[in-house]
Amino acid sequence: MRLIRVLAVGPLDRGLLEALGDGVFRELGAGWEVSPSSLDPGFALDPIRQQYHSTEILARLHALPDEAAWRLLGVTGLDLFIPILTFVFGEAQLSNRCALVSTARLRQEFYGLPPDPERLRERLLKETIHELGHTLGLTHCSDYDCVMAASHGVEWIDLKGSSFCPGCRERVLEVNAGPTTAPAAPLLRG
Amino acid sequence: MADKGKLLIVDDELVVRDSLGKWFIEDGFEIGLAESASEALTKLAEGDWEVALVDIKMPGIDGIELQRRLQQIDPDLKVIIMTGYASVDTAVQALKNGAYDYVTKPFDPDEISHVVHNALTQRRTSQEVSRLREAVSASVQPREFIGQSAAVRKVIENIDVVGPTDTTVLITGESGTGKELVARLIHAASRRRYHPMVVIHCGALNDTLLESELFGHERGAFTGAQHRRKGKFEIAEGGTVFLDEIGDISLKTQTDLLRVLQEHEISRVGGNLPIKVDFRCVAATHKDLEAMIETGQFRLDLYYRLNVFHIKVPPLRERREDIPLLADHFVRKFSLAMNKRIQRVTPAAMAILQQQEWRGNVRELENAVERAMVVAREPELVEEDFPLRPPRPSSEPRTVEEVERAHILRVLEECGANQTRAAEVLDIDRVTLHNKLKKYGWTKKTSES
Repeated sequence: MRLIRVLAVGPLDRGLLEALGDGVFRELGAGWEVSPSSLDPGFALDPIRQQYHSTEILARLHALPDEAAWRLLGVTGLDLFIPILTFVFGEAQLSNRCALVSTARLRQEFYGLPPDPERLRERLLKETIHELGHTLGLTHCSDYDCVMAASHGVEWIDLKGSSFCPGCRERVLEVNAGPTTAPAAPLLRG
Repeated sequence: MADKGKLLIVDDELVVRDSLGKWFIEDGFEIGLAESASEALTKLAEGDWEVALVDIKMPGIDGIELQRRLQQIDPDLKVIIMTGYASVDTAVQALKNGAYDYVTKPFDPDEISHVVHNALTQRRTSQEVSRLREAVSASVQPREFIGQSAAVRKVIENIDVVGPTDTTVLITGESGTGKELVARLIHAASRRRYHPMVVIHCGALNDTLLESELFGHERGAFTGAQHRRKGKFEIAEGGTVFLDEIGDISLKTQTDLLRVLQEHEISRVGGNLPIKVDFRCVAATHKDLEAMIETGQFRLDLYYRLNVFHIKVPPLRERREDIPLLADHFVRKFSLAMNKRIQRVTPAAMAILQQQEWRGNVRELENAVERAMVVAREPELVEEDFPLRPPRPSSEPRTVEEVERAHILRVLEECGANQTRAAEVLDIDRVTLHNKLKKYGWTKKTSES
């Protein structure tokens, strides 16, 4: 069985990670294993922005030797960014092995609202499946209800579902029928 | 998923190019990366890009200048300028130069996504509009003015000259010569072609109805006016008003019409509010307006207002060489409409068609061909299909006096203008011949010339 290894990046409630396993299995048909170790993301901190550079963390995840894992997912409670954007909810290597998601902006508290653990779990599940979908080569979907719909604000995450639309599901099935090792990451033209 | 868009990212910073490129790849964009203006220009020369994200500050050619050069190559390219800090001056300059928008680094993910998607949508929408315009233009293109005679070539030349302008045109010609077709071709050649061409048959309406038809009416303006109604000038907004049979309107309506042509302003019947209207006027008549002016039936000032550019459509009898082309055209048209396999008009039948007087002009010819197509057997139209008689050539004498004159002159010519010999042949005395020749205005000089 394909295995998705989950690694906490920085301090994180592991119970939250364990709770995602069933939902991810339902959509991707892969096992879910939370790693007992964690990754210190201090190297990715931008002292001016006080945010963590997600691409650098992804590169570090990619360098971790873990041949048993079909996919490697980092989950962090820290606020992520890429240099050109004010923030990101997560980042993934398109058609490759690693993905990263952040709970920082999925929490109601970030927006000055009372905590809502169930809503946080739902949002994290959707973002997890979404970023793992990118590792399967899926791009953003125009079906607003599909988990692969682009969501650049937390309200858009709440709006969409936690499942693939039929078109994206077909693509997932195609990938699952293929080799267990992920293809090489696409090179950007230029 | 190239149909999601082709995005060119131009920035001298690798981290910006990579992170933006990766971000939009996840959105399904096809991405091109360029680290300098020259590389961006090369990429645009090599292929089509729909949207370009261009950094304003780069070594060498900066973003503002690059935007200008990119849009010289592809005016439809949507350029979004990226600035490191909010600068109203540079942003304003970029927008003045035709940039689609500008964004300040770092971008809010939602904002940059919207700006790029909206730019892409706008480009594709404007291209779709262009395509549809072409398609509509092709589908509504009026049929051509058929003929190769000098008279027709002159008409076509006039249409080509005046069509693209906004000049008022007066078309004159007999009934059935194709005045409305000329008006439609003028409209089709104008910038107003995507707006309506409204035809008003002035001769078909009485004064009161015509006024309401032209200017519209307010509710309650007259008995039966239960709703406000727009007039033809309002309906034609942006397009062309074709006033057919302008010679048939009353002096009262001529006065109203003159005001509309001068002011481009109307008032609905029963209303006081002046309404601005934007239209081009093309008028037509089969009447001699100058003669009507002489008799006080047509206003001189309206005539001048209408007769800015004059096109005279020739009667069919003055362009007989076009009859075969027209007949063949109508055969093709009615073969399709009637689902008949008739290929042509036989040469003998065509000769008869060419000899006819065609007082009803092209319209009469069309009707004759249509009628013949109904009774014809495939595969061609023969003489019997046309209920026409070979007419006498118009030059042939018809009255007794004309016949006598023609006969005397022919005999005289055969006798080498020798009146004595001609009198003998004609079996009349020489004095009688002399008197008849005098009556018919013949002189020796006339005969020699």
